[in-house]
Amino acid sequence: MGTTDILGLFNYWMVIVLMMIGLYIVVSRGNLVKKVVGLNIFQTSVFLLYISMGKISGGTAPILTGKPEVYSNPLPHVLILTAIVVGVATTALGLALVVRIKNAYDTIEEDEIQAVDDDDEFGSAEDVQP
Amino acid sequence: MSVESFIDITLLVFLGLTAFAILKLRALFAVVMLSSVFSLLSAGLLVHLDAVDVAFTEAAVGAGISTVLMLATLALTSRREKAPTRTQALPLIVVFLTGMALVYGTLDMPRFGDASAPVHNHVAPKYINDTASEIGMPNIVTAVLASYRGFDTLGEVTVIFTAGIGVLLLLGAYIREPTGLRVQTMDHHLVLRVVTKVLIGPILLFALYVQFHGDYGPGGGFQAGVIFAAAFIIYALVFGLENARKAVPGSAVRMLVACGVLLYGGVGVVSFAFGQNYLNYSVLGASQVAGQHLGILLVEFGVGLTVSAVMVSTFYAFAGQNPPISDEDW
Repeated sequence: MGTTDILGLFNYWMVIVLMMIGLYIVVSRGNLVKKVVGLNIFQTSVFLLYISMGKISGGTAPILTGKPEVYSNPLPHVLILTAIVVGVATTALGLALVVRIKNAYDTIEEDEIQAVDDDDEFGSAEDVQP
Repeated sequence: MSVESFIDITLLVFLGLTAFAILKLRALFAVVMLSSVFSLLSAGLLVHLDAVDVAFTEAAVGAGISTVLMLATLALTSRREKAPTRTQALPLIVVFLTGMALVYGTLDMPRFGDASAPVHNHVAPKYINDTASEIGMPNIVTAVLASYRGFDTLGEVTVIFTAGIGVLLLLGAYIREPTGLRVQTMDHHLVLRVVTKVLIGPILLFALYVQFHGDYGPGGGFQAGVIFAAAFIIYALVFGLENARKAVPGSAVRMLVACGVLLYGGVGVVSFAFGQNYLNYSVLGASQVAGQHLGILLVEFGVGLTVSAVMVSTFYAFAGQNPPISDEDW
């Protein structure tokens, strides 16, 4: 594997690093807002993966100039452009759920929410008659 | 190493550092600000990768609107993350193995910037070669978005519409119309007040330019909708939610949420009525190109309407929640 291979794959590898940081935040952190931020990082890295694949060396933005030029692939741009706006709409939905969870449980930490649920289901330690 | 790959590598390394800082920090305010920085950096990288339309959207959405929404959520929940109580070993192993598998997968991928990669030899040449004659507009991204793949985009707009409805249902926009809310404004800050007043006009004008110039340069309904909403949100942030609601009532915004999707779908029905396929704009004008222009203008307007209305009503829903944290507590 030569230098050209490493340079040619560097974009994809960095995208994977970002993706894994996002995934790690989602699975290892208990705070719900932090999880949403982690999902955003994951999402942005997917965007970068698609756009990196659409790039052509020496190409230009796909807006016709009337001169013969090499244009980068417009299709990933279209897919990702709409995905970004859909992403913010679903993020808003996730944050709205977080706000409702805060109202209902008075916490946004996963462990504490689980504890409240367990108490409701099995009864807390104080409820048990001696 | 060329300048191009130097910029590329620098931005990617900065993105990695920002993501790592987000992982490590527990002050959620800093986390949200860093995620805004992350979006802005990735917008820069997208420009470098020739995706100017996408960069535009990412800068407006990621660095703008979603930061505001996250800050609103922090104001309603908490500003610190608790220290993790469980061991982090298992997630780390899972993430590491997944990453290694993905890296192994990239080894067979075409190298970055390779013009002979399969992705460039399927439908993309058709779009690039035929847009000038079939659609007659310079921005290929707009042509593909609104015409070639118009059906796809209708689906995306519907998803945004649905997500907006979901937020309104969850946060009860109907129950909390602005009665009895303590008025929260920042208009005692002279600098904020003056700068906001100066900025709102140009922001709205710029949004309209982005909306209607999207056929010729970077831009279109998605970007314009977000920028348009940003003008209202900045007004509401500085002069208070009630004043913003006086200027643009929540009920009117909720109506517009549906109007945009209806306009988009309606254009499709009209082309039906002319005996053509759904969303085939060629029949709308005297010539094919004229029809395409009119059709794309209308559906982009529908997109802009729905996107900006969803953003504004989402912001209203978040900002209308009790209890607001007062300005001095921040």
